Amino acid sequence: MIAQLAILGFVFFMLLNSAAIMVYVERKVAARIQQRMGPTLVGPYGLLQPLADIIKLAMKENLQPKSADPILFALAPVISAACAFTAFAVVPFGAETTFFGLLDRPVPLQVADVNVAILWVFAVTSMGVYGIVLAGWSSNSKYSLLGALRSSAQMISYELSYGMALAAVLLLAGSMSIREIVDAQSGAWFGFIPRWFVLLQPVGFFIFMTAGVAETNRAPFDFPEAEQELVAGYHTEYSSMSFAMFFLAEYINMVTVSAIATNLYLGGWHGPLLPVWLGWIWFLLKVSFLLFFYVWMRWTLPRYRYDQLMAFGWKFLLPLSVINLLVTAAGVLYFGL
Amino acid sequence: MAFNLVLFYIFAAITVGATLLVVVQSNPVYSVLLLIGSFIGLAGLYVLLDAPFVAVIQIIVYAGAIMVLFLFVVMLLNAPREEIVQSGMLESGATRAIGALLAIAFAGELAWALTRSRTLAMTSAGGRPSYSVSQIGQRLFQEYAFAFEATSILILVAMVGAVTLAGRHLSKERRPESRTRSLQDPNG
Repeated sequence: MIAQLAILGFVFFMLLNSAAIMVYVERKVAARIQQRMGPTLVGPYGLLQPLADIIKLAMKENLQPKSADPILFALAPVISAACAFTAFAVVPFGAETTFFGLLDRPVPLQVADVNVAILWVFAVTSMGVYGIVLAGWSSNSKYSLLGALRSSAQMISYELSYGMALAAVLLLAGSMSIREIVDAQSGAWFGFIPRWFVLLQPVGFFIFMTAGVAETNRAPFDFPEAEQELVAGYHTEYSSMSFAMFFLAEYINMVTVSAIATNLYLGGWHGPLLPVWLGWIWFLLKVSFLLFFYVWMRWTLPRYRYDQLMAFGWKFLLPLSVINLLVTAAGVLYFGL
Repeated sequence: MAFNLVLFYIFAAITVGATLLVVVQSNPVYSVLLLIGSFIGLAGLYVLLDAPFVAVIQIIVYAGAIMVLFLFVVMLLNAPREEIVQSGMLESGATRAIGALLAIAFAGELAWALTRSRTLAMTSAGGRPSYSVSQIGQRLFQEYAFAFEATSILILVAMVGAVTLAGRHLSKERRPESRTRSLQDPNG
């Protein structure tokens, strides 16, 4: 019980930290891509820049438009941030461990191991839409409302492909617990090719990552906050810490999507060379790579047009994910993959 | 066990309280949100009943998908706050009498259902298996396959109908695709 609570606190703390680190990485990588230096003044190599950002945000005045709905305006960022944290609850990040014999029984490195974990992630993500919709509506501003409508339409459209890609993985693993899905990927083919599902599901991985980028409203699908058209989208009217909460939610959602992609497709904490109890290093490496990929993509690809996004989601990604699911089901049924 | 009982009362209080507030307060957007709260409380109760799959489906389908639709409709129609009507038909004695009768009938029905459910719970206590996802899937696609497929066809018909109704307006005016195309190409 105490070990579980400790892990819960640890996950909460590390998610907060990951958001801060991602802000720094995003600024540094963006600067490098644009041949600039990025933050250099605060601390060595500008490493304390996220801390300075947080202090700056906390010192600002928390503005609220006169015509806004006060309760919903305050509630919306809380819903966004809470959903972002809740989704990570079922994500495992390492094998079972006793912490060098400190504990009598081994505990799994995750907050809760439930047998409907994947559906849980799906459910919490769909609740996250409310934070954005309510922010847009309660601000009583046209930019906010348009941003919120775009964002929710986008999330609802891409959720279908996301779910179909997940279903194909479920068929392969035969379980909805993320821990069991990871364990189904242990070992190797012919002794050297790791049994990661990305090799069986390359199309599924592509669909999952594309839909994941759209779900987290990141470039090249960052319509909700298309600066040229909508100022800042659904959080136009937000300032200070309530703005920071939306920011936090976005970065934590990125971490969650990367962590789930790592667990479902890249074999989680399984990898060569390292012993099982050091598997979390593999997990961290894989998640960091996916997060870097996120940032890299944002500063490389230009934003799509809105109708292109919708056409891509409904006319290309969804049919592709249905075909992927059918082929996977046939493979499981006839070849017993 | 005692911990489960405490959780049951917490979730029950959330469900009942939120549902009451849906009816009592007058802002339609708040009503939608409170209904979501009530569904989440219900999902908690399902978890306590050892049915996590039903709980998650409750959140995905009702709290997630259907209530988003409700919220959109309320927001886009910009539904005003409900005002309490002071005069007219609602104040007359006859409507009040009908309302009271309906309330008594409903209370009686509820009491009957509650006493019945207690005996039902007694009979089903003897070792019924808790349904896992695979068991639910097998039942759905073997025993209830016909009902399942019939429902999906029904939903498909409703969807096609909605698209047809919405498309009728589009065919009279210019379609939006042609407009964007002419914007891109100055000669077109």
